[in-house]
Amino acid sequence: MQHGKNRFIVGFLAAPLALYALFVIWPFIQSIYYSFTDWTGLSPEFGMVGFDNYSRMLDDEIFWKSLQHSLTLAVVLPLVTVGLALFFAFMLNVGGRRRRGAAIAGVRGSSFYKIVYFFPQVLSIVIVALLFQFAYNPNSGAINSALKVVGLGSIQPDWLGDPDLALICVMAVLVWSTVGFFVVLFSAGMASIPRDFYEAALLDGANRFTTFFKITLPLLWDTVQSGWIYMGILALGAESFAVVQIMTVGPNGGGPDYSTIVMPLYVYQKAFRDGQAAYATTIGVALLLVTLAFAALVMKVGRRERLEF
Amino acid sequence: MGSTSAHTNEGGLGRRDLIKRSAAIGLISVPTMGFLSACASSGGDGNEKVEKGTKSEKNPLGVNEAAPLDFVLFDGGFGQQYAKDAIKIYEKNYPNAKVKFTPTQKITTVLQPRFNGGNPPDLIDNSGAEQMDMGVLVGQKQLTDLTALLDAPSLDDPKKTVRDTLRPGIVEMGQFDGAPVWVLYYAYTVYGVWYSQKLLDSLDAKYPETWDEMLAVCEKAKKKGIAGWTYAGKHPYYLPFSLYPMIGKVGGREVLDAIDNLEPKAWEHPAVKACFEAYYELQRKGYILKGTPGLDHIQSQTAWTEGKALFIPNGSWVENEAAKTMPADFDLAVSAPSGLDASDKMPFGTMWASGGEPFIVPAKAANAEGGMEQLRVMLSEASSKNFTQSVKSLSAFNGGTDGIELTPGLKSGVAALQKAGQNVVNPRLQDWYVALQKEKIGVAGIGEMMAGRATPAETIKKIQKFADEAAKDTSIKHYKHQ
Repeated sequence: MQHGKNRFIVGFLAAPLALYALFVIWPFIQSIYYSFTDWTGLSPEFGMVGFDNYSRMLDDEIFWKSLQHSLTLAVVLPLVTVGLALFFAFMLNVGGRRRRGAAIAGVRGSSFYKIVYFFPQVLSIVIVALLFQFAYNPNSGAINSALKVVGLGSIQPDWLGDPDLALICVMAVLVWSTVGFFVVLFSAGMASIPRDFYEAALLDGANRFTTFFKITLPLLWDTVQSGWIYMGILALGAESFAVVQIMTVGPNGGGPDYSTIVMPLYVYQKAFRDGQAAYATTIGVALLLVTLAFAALVMKVGRRERLEF
Repeated sequence: MGSTSAHTNEGGLGRRDLIKRSAAIGLISVPTMGFLSACASSGGDGNEKVEKGTKSEKNPLGVNEAAPLDFVLFDGGFGQQYAKDAIKIYEKNYPNAKVKFTPTQKITTVLQPRFNGGNPPDLIDNSGAEQMDMGVLVGQKQLTDLTALLDAPSLDDPKKTVRDTLRPGIVEMGQFDGAPVWVLYYAYTVYGVWYSQKLLDSLDAKYPETWDEMLAVCEKAKKKGIAGWTYAGKHPYYLPFSLYPMIGKVGGREVLDAIDNLEPKAWEHPAVKACFEAYYELQRKGYILKGTPGLDHIQSQTAWTEGKALFIPNGSWVENEAAKTMPADFDLAVSAPSGLDASDKMPFGTMWASGGEPFIVPAKAANAEGGMEQLRVMLSEASSKNFTQSVKSLSAFNGGTDGIELTPGLKSGVAALQKAGQNVVNPRLQDWYVALQKEKIGVAGIGEMMAGRATPAETIKKIQKFADEAAKDTSIKHYKHQ
């Protein structure tokens, strides 16, 4: 059986590897190649320019702003989303009062909450962004109207029109729309933790906090780590782009005064508005590096001894 | 959850070894595959040009009467009906030709791959938020010179060329440097300060001609709980529609030309400073509708049609765009911007009017003659009237408003143009340097100032820096007023 095994494996892997190479790796290589050209994206002609695009990028104030905002999103969003999701999942599965003899239970109505939390997931991010765009309308939007109703009519921020608030507004929307997914993910992870661990902890008189930090979190660590990376990549990539592009101020979003510009949006603007596709791919390469570095960092920092049970 | 450390040394392949080896295969296969396949952007032979037809009196451009025509239209504020009507005429004139018509709002998304593939359509209305950068298209030689169309006889009168029938400024706007005309603007937009004559009358006020009068009107409105101004806060590049002509009026045309030419210190001209301070005063005195910096163009227009604000800087498309929320007795009117005082260089009435809806014929179009012929049809008196009547905008065709019922805004626009006479200015930043005009000057500069977060002096310094950067940037093509 042993010989022939290699051939079998190679045969089995060739097709998916070829597809992966063609549709995933090849576009990466192409982008890197284009970042050394002066391709406009509006005609098939271009020439090589060496590292010009890269030195231009390093001098580009707006690039640095977009990098700064993307990094902020990549740090803050996973922290808030994963933290909130862990809290919600714990309350839904473990955090409730004991009743009817069950050792652990979620809070009352937890199955209903699960649906409520998950609901934003079924909406397209574009719809979510549009909805919140109306909610943030300083004149007639839901938020300022609500403030008026409760007697806070004197506080009527411009929300997306205010450079100090705009990025926070965007982050709030992203948290709202993704937290449900992680609640469900962590709930599934918690379901696989044996109940007798909790029973033992309860017998020892552990409260909710101790239970969470000593049992739930360590046993859920792998899931949390994957969730963390996934959220970080969402924050660096497509989700942040859609929300910023649709909601914020400016011809293609990104404002006021570049206060919400993020790397994927800057790539889009350069490629599809300014006719500088080559420069856009250069920023894309920077985005690739940032994403890889983020994933590597989380893997490295999050490394733990695996628990077996 | 179990252990994943499966590295068995019992003669077989461990999971890790397998992964390592398959990764190695992947790494080798990537470059080899890569160099075999062609680059995405260099592939494709592009369009095969259709054979030319025979020129005749009825067919001065020599259109191939049987060749299909591919027409992509921006489906925006003006809709698509006017183009459909013009296509019907084309199909009637050339019964064997089929016109493929694609209305879209996503101009770049739809067309960029076709330009890269070398098979663009024959006629494009390159407009809207996703407009392709005209400067780049010209610089990359992707457009057909439309001079042949301009020198062809017009559809209505064989003794007149198409060029003779156009409004002043249209041909120049389509030139970038030198004689070739790359773009034909089909609509004729009047920019200025838009308001409800009815609301102004109810305040017992006249449209203010000087800035002191402007402040007085705003104060009057404020006492009645109406804001003086609102604007598209999320798109503050609407503000220049009235601000730039005001700068021209105060300091003369040369100031605007210097700005367009990206001359050093162009923004530091005293006229610019005076006008910025005038606008800033609106903000400081609370004459701007609250929350305006967070409103987009539709939201601000709605607040304005609801009578929450008196004035809005806008273009003549607003009559069609805001039609849904505009009360029937709104009595829409437009005026040239107010000046500062009697010492202004140009008289009251100086306003910004220029071509809108840029139509282009790609250089690699299969049926370029067909594209131009379709434009010739659209520039006939009948099609132009149809356009004006259905979308409430003037077209590039000079005249053609006789005998049709003009809507209030249009009527007011025609009157304002008449009053302006030769004093029409045409700043070019927004079609020469899109990013500079909209995002940098508009959002980051004027937008911040009007939100009250920067002083005029700071704003001018910031904008001058943006303009200097654009002047130095070798990746954008630079243009100059001739």
